Amino acid sequence: MITIIDYGVGNINAFVNVYKRVDVPVKIAKTAADLEGAEKLILPGVGHFDHAMNQLNNSGMREKLDDLVLNQKIPVIGICVGMQMMANNSDEGEVEGLKWIDATVKKFDETKIHQVTRLPHMGWNDVKPVKDISLFQGLEKEAIFYFLHTYYFHCNQAQDILAVSEYGGEFASAAHHDNIFGIQFHPEKSHHYGEILLHNFAKL
Amino acid sequence: MLRPRIIPSLLIQDNGLVKTVNFKNPKYVGDPINAVRIFNEKEVDELAIFDIDATAKGLEPNYSLIERIANQSRMPLCYGGGVKTVEQAQKIFGLGIEKIALSSAVLHNPELITQIANRVGAQSVIVVLDVKKKLFGGYEVYTHNGKKSTGINPFDFAEKAQRLGAGEIIINSIDQDGVMKGFDMNLIDKVRDKISLPLTVLGGAGELQHIQQVIHKHGVIGVAAGSLFVFKGVYKAVLINYPEKGEKEKLYKIHH
Repeated sequence: MITIIDYGVGNINAFVNVYKRVDVPVKIAKTAADLEGAEKLILPGVGHFDHAMNQLNNSGMREKLDDLVLNQKIPVIGICVGMQMMANNSDEGEVEGLKWIDATVKKFDETKIHQVTRLPHMGWNDVKPVKDISLFQGLEKEAIFYFLHTYYFHCNQAQDILAVSEYGGEFASAAHHDNIFGIQFHPEKSHHYGEILLHNFAKL
Repeated sequence: MLRPRIIPSLLIQDNGLVKTVNFKNPKYVGDPINAVRIFNEKEVDELAIFDIDATAKGLEPNYSLIERIANQSRMPLCYGGGVKTVEQAQKIFGLGIEKIALSSAVLHNPELITQIANRVGAQSVIVVLDVKKKLFGGYEVYTHNGKKSTGINPFDFAEKAQRLGAGEIIINSIDQDGVMKGFDMNLIDKVRDKISLPLTVLGGAGELQHIQQVIHKHGVIGVAAGSLFVFKGVYKAVLINYPEKGEKEKLYKIHH
């Protein structure tokens, strides 16, 4: 059973549809009570960092989530801004992050992107896993994923980097610490590659 | 390596898909949900959907259709048509659309770009410019399906949109629309010179070669097409198609 956190930000249905196709039961959580007994969590996120954080902080689920993730060690995966929210803070805004992974969200340095199109980082790019983790099983070779972002997740602890991609230098396109996972790209919009990854998460 | 994006562009009128020539004579080409399903199977890079009734008839975006499309889609979606306010944009965003295309509303009120970007993130705010050649040289932006001239210079506006916080510019050539004789390369060069934002070009693709020409010249760019991906053959029989992975790689490998 996968529990998707619905705090009014992000495309919940896209995840529901992926799991329907691979036959994994899904639950949508809108309140702390809905989170009771959760086995695995998805934290989606799009848009502005502060807006997403405020929405989550005001959802009534924040405390329960901290408990599930930090004390009960339930596996959780943050997607796009959902990943960025797991950091300490973001250059995009002023609201504090969840501090689930020791990281800072930074803006890409445009001067290092040597092509006419600079930001946002938009489109399909390679993702190379650097840790042997079953989240990327079957995706070790030529998997590409859809990205749409201007800020990236900078891991303060190198061992938290799970996968890297290249855009004006290497950045962490996936991070992992203990039971906590974050991915910068959109698996729910990355065709069969994304489906494999989300299915892998369900099997962890 | 970040790849160029090859994007089918679909037009919606009265809940159906249509295709125009020079923004005129919409021809019915099928059911949008069915088309989305087929494009899922073909693993397209992105899908762009424009409701051509909404602004022209002063209608609200068709939220229920947008939601059904978003629910079916396993690829990134861009929606345009009739979006005039931050609230509308946010609602559409919540239905599962990654990018919202704005045109006539931001031409009249450019600050709207900043307002929407502040709410949903700059990467999701797309400015679409429907552009026509002027009789005595130069280009001009049009709205209402190419019927209303605005007096706005597309290159100046693209620059302004970037400054105001847009995440992408789509430039759509009214003169090339549906003609299938190739892109207006001069138009593309001129916009490209003005912005560092992602740029997607639309209007004129009649064969994959035309897409290749754009990628060959501009590298990482979005190349969109309507007719090419919905018609087959000289009689324009409706047949949804899209290059396979291998074909696609050939199209973009050329620029290395």
